[in-house]
Amino acid sequence: MESEGRILKVLHKVSGKELSPGVDDSLFVSGLLDSFALTDFVTGLEEEFGVTIPDSDLSARKFDTISKVDAYLAAKK
Amino acid sequence: MAFLRAFGSWLPPRRVSNSELAPKVDATPEWILEVSGIEERRYAADADTVAGIGLLAAQNCLEKAALTASELGMILVASGSSDRFCPGPASQIAAALGLASTPALDIPVSSAGSLIGLSLAAKLAPTAGRVLVVGAEIMSRRVSLTPEGKNTAILFGDGAGAALVDADTGFVRIADSCLFTDGASAEALFLQDGHFHMDGSAVILHASRKMPRAINELLTRNQLVASQVETFLLHQANLNLIARVAAALKTPQEKFFTNIARYGNTSSASLLIAADEWHSGQNTALAGPLVFSAFGSGLNWGALLALPL
Repeated sequence: MESEGRILKVLHKVSGKELSPGVDDSLFVSGLLDSFALTDFVTGLEEEFGVTIPDSDLSARKFDTISKVDAYLAAKK
Repeated sequence: MAFLRAFGSWLPPRRVSNSELAPKVDATPEWILEVSGIEERRYAADADTVAGIGLLAAQNCLEKAALTASELGMILVASGSSDRFCPGPASQIAAALGLASTPALDIPVSSAGSLIGLSLAAKLAPTAGRVLVVGAEIMSRRVSLTPEGKNTAILFGDGAGAALVDADTGFVRIADSCLFTDGASAEALFLQDGHFHMDGSAVILHASRKMPRAINELLTRNQLVASQVETFLLHQANLNLIARVAAALKTPQEKFFTNIARYGNTSSASLLIAADEWHSGQNTALAGPLVFSAFGSGLNWGALLALPL
């Protein structure tokens, strides 16, 4: 998965936890994200990958696993 | 021109602590405080109505403004939890104030309704004269006090607030406002069939990005920056959300007046209840800009700028 390492880097930064969940594990169930950390995660992804995430994409379902985030970012390229 | 002349509020006397609420929703008092910043909220009595508590806040506001209802040119009432959808509480409040023909309009937008009311009142005041804005909510009847309803039940409380916008006089001048609607995301927050539904993560995502953006847009077009603002008055949604907005604006959280710890999230009433408490505690005239902001169902959000005289 192309972006997994960089996604994890952002996750670790916003959560303060060094957990490494499976690519299809829920980031909420794994304890890396909650509703407020999700905001920081989305902002962190924008900064790390140089993309703008529009308001129409602001749904937790789009960002709740590493594989979904990776697919989302790939589609933005 | 339009000025903020007075605020008013009314809170039900019944206090519901986290300790009382926690067992009903399968949570702990400490968790509720951690995720919301709320220590207790108020619940209306069975006999209370949205119009009834709105009337009490309206009367409190008129008393502080030293005005009678007959001197009002218009009434705007925000509520997402009104007992009856159409007509909503505005006409009932007007009638209870003894008004037979003064226009009284409803704004059925939870959480952001009072901000919309203030913004519209500022635009209408030059022709309407004095516009009374009321926000009244009995949210405790719209949430489920069960483990399944935990995420909303822990947040909401009941109460009412009011503001008097005057075309001629007040303690601050309303300089500008901006309102926005994103209907494509309306499913994140809505009230239907008597029950409140909220996708908390989506709401926080939207609110924590949209509110700072609205505030910055408003400030920029008035040649101001966030650091120049003396006080921010926000919809009291969640203390952690207010902290996010403060951080996004790179502004100390101390500049944000909060009373959510004692009243919880009273939806569209919260902005005006907070404004009333803030103004009542002011011992000196405002020296810098005052910014209001709210976010709610619709999705609707925006900001309003008031400047010292």
